[in-house]
Amino acid sequence: MGGLFLLTNNKRNIVQLTGAQALIKSLEMEGVEVIFGLPGGAILPVYDPLIDSSIRHVLVRHEQGAGHMAEGYALATGRPGVAMVTSGPGATNIVTPIGNAHMDSTPLVIITGQVATVAIGTDAFQECDITGITMGITKHNFLVKSAHEIPRAVAAAFHIATTGRPGPVLVDVPKDVTQSMMEWWYPATLEELDLPGYHPVVELDQDRIRQAIDLITKAERPVLYVGGGTLKSRASAQLLSFAERTGMPVVTTLMARGAFPDSHPQHLGMPGMHGMYSAVTAIQKSDLLISLGARFDDRVTGNIPAFAPRAQIIHVDIDKAEFNKVRHADVAIRSNVGAVLEAFDAALAVPQNLDVWWKEINAWREAYPLVYDEPVAEGPLRPQFVIESIATAAAPGTIVTSGVGQHQMWASQFWKFEEPGTWVNSGGAGTMGFGVPAAIGAKVGRPDRTVWCIDGDGCFQMTAQELVTARAEGIPIKVAILNNAYLGMVRQWQEMFYEERYSEVYLSPDLPDYVKWAEAMGCVGLRATNVVEMHAAIATANSINDVPVVIDFRTDSSEKVFPMVAAGASNDDIMVHPLQRESK
Amino acid sequence: MNTPEPFLGVTSHTPVRHHILSVMVENKAGVLARVAGLFARRGFNIYSLAVAPAETKARFSRITIVVDAESAPLEQIVEQLDKLVNVVAISDITPKEALERELLLATIKTNVDSRTSLLDVVGKSGAAIVDVDAGSVTLMLAGTPAACDELERELENYTTVELHRTGRVALPRLGKAAPASID
Repeated sequence: MGGLFLLTNNKRNIVQLTGAQALIKSLEMEGVEVIFGLPGGAILPVYDPLIDSSIRHVLVRHEQGAGHMAEGYALATGRPGVAMVTSGPGATNIVTPIGNAHMDSTPLVIITGQVATVAIGTDAFQECDITGITMGITKHNFLVKSAHEIPRAVAAAFHIATTGRPGPVLVDVPKDVTQSMMEWWYPATLEELDLPGYHPVVELDQDRIRQAIDLITKAERPVLYVGGGTLKSRASAQLLSFAERTGMPVVTTLMARGAFPDSHPQHLGMPGMHGMYSAVTAIQKSDLLISLGARFDDRVTGNIPAFAPRAQIIHVDIDKAEFNKVRHADVAIRSNVGAVLEAFDAALAVPQNLDVWWKEINAWREAYPLVYDEPVAEGPLRPQFVIESIATAAAPGTIVTSGVGQHQMWASQFWKFEEPGTWVNSGGAGTMGFGVPAAIGAKVGRPDRTVWCIDGDGCFQMTAQELVTARAEGIPIKVAILNNAYLGMVRQWQEMFYEERYSEVYLSPDLPDYVKWAEAMGCVGLRATNVVEMHAAIATANSINDVPVVIDFRTDSSEKVFPMVAAGASNDDIMVHPLQRESK
Repeated sequence: MNTPEPFLGVTSHTPVRHHILSVMVENKAGVLARVAGLFARRGFNIYSLAVAPAETKARFSRITIVVDAESAPLEQIVEQLDKLVNVVAISDITPKEALERELLLATIKTNVDSRTSLLDVVGKSGAAIVDVDAGSVTLMLAGTPAACDELERELENYTTVELHRTGRVALPRLGKAAPASID
């Protein structure tokens, strides 16, 4: 029985459990299959009953890794990710992933150990006020004061994390609470969760639907502005149906890549700072923007008064605080995305004839497709060409994760996403180092899929130690480091906006030696400096399915991400690739 | 928490564009910090804030927040507040339709010369003397924020040892439409 301590009173059918046992059993009740975590003093009692649990535990090398793995798991599967860490530094180390998940509305449940209740407030060893620290970056958090309350807190945490606009929920459990005894129970109804102020489900407002249909009917230049909420509400099928029935052009934001097939002729690609010319310009010239779970982020809007100046806005979001936050909504509909699209379809809402609109859009597409400079056979490699080559050789349904920076933008631009859950990245927070642990989490959640992490050399150095976790736990991910020896995006800004005054952005291509580092972590390490080596390394990586593979691609450090709208500039002032400038 | 207002000769506690939010919250540890933290991180200004257990004492508290509707659109303030899991209901009471009351307590130094005129001020304002010793009196006024402002202005002619105001609480006027309630 290990440490399990069960007392059964047959007469009253009461099971006595420790708080720790109750916590693990509560996680089992919620259907948790894996916890990403790292033990320590205050959480120690919970790690004992874990031995006897059906739940898999992935032992990370740094708590930040646990948080990002939980995020990768959640984004790839649509199920809540779970991480468990100890108090104090264990808890503060997972603050970045919590903030990241909060920005990207990713459902997480984070369990943190806490010092004993009598020690709270005394500056005890490894004490920190993690509920206070995470108040602004969680959807909600709990400090559990008694073992009896553990089931309620866990059930409420999963309910809050996964309903309405999803997000991270933290449950802080003091050590004496997990060590004390309780009579096992589990909430059977929502009422027992005791959340009088939480009402995530609302009835669809039919008046608003009618008003929206009225706008759709009049529209001559509509655009479907698809955000992460479309993926969160699993509305891809409804989106495809509505888009095909109405013939409207579709753009998918960085958080919505995969919500609509990139191969679809109505798909203009990603809008925003590094968006497709046609996607950015279609929004600018539109007369109706139908926002589906998007939040008018500054990376999409650029200068806000100049954003889509002639467009009326239908704003669909489950979170009504998004309405009128950035842009006035002519019709705001609080709902999940799918229900609204179904209502539009049921009413057979159609816009005006879009032939003229498509003619304009297609002209922009033809004039300004995604381009990059001709690959040079002997190297250095074009990063865009590396990504396209990996994509071409990848199995269908491959999941791609990334860090944050140039490589992330190129991955979003040049990889063709065909289905939800295949693009896993850090959007709102822009967390460097997200890619490797997120890939591990995604692979744990979808072991049937190939998982590539398209990473930068700067990002890789932030969380690479989790490849030790990947090797030890048998999680064979593939990592492509686009090694340009720089913090590339910062370098790009310094080149373009700081008169090529490069300040603290050089990293060196050889320090560390990525191949040796990969090998030291039990992975296969490969290097590619020219096009022949690149294709060979990709083929080798694809042939290895038992251990993680890391490829050090030596890329051209002068490459910049285009198109680009400078920060704060109008989307009308989009800069295209130098190859396209003469013709503009 | 308060944004200092320009000094216009009188100390006014009534901001130009204020709104009163009557916020019903769960009576749990840390809820006030959640509300105050939200205002801080979103850049919303609070003019005054009063907290006490609500009618259903054990379970809920009522926070009366006077917000600066110029620091952010009221809609944003209300909707962001409503997202806090511990916030149960929000009533937005426009100043026109509000019955607002505040309590002022002040200890004033007195002597033979000033005592009579101070008693005059107390009488006119509707305040009450609640404590007296040889050299000072403590007076109290429960009244509208404007009445408290007026008394505070009058007291500038005296030596004030200490003056405390509670911040206002409010209920909608009877016969007016029910306040916009958001659950």
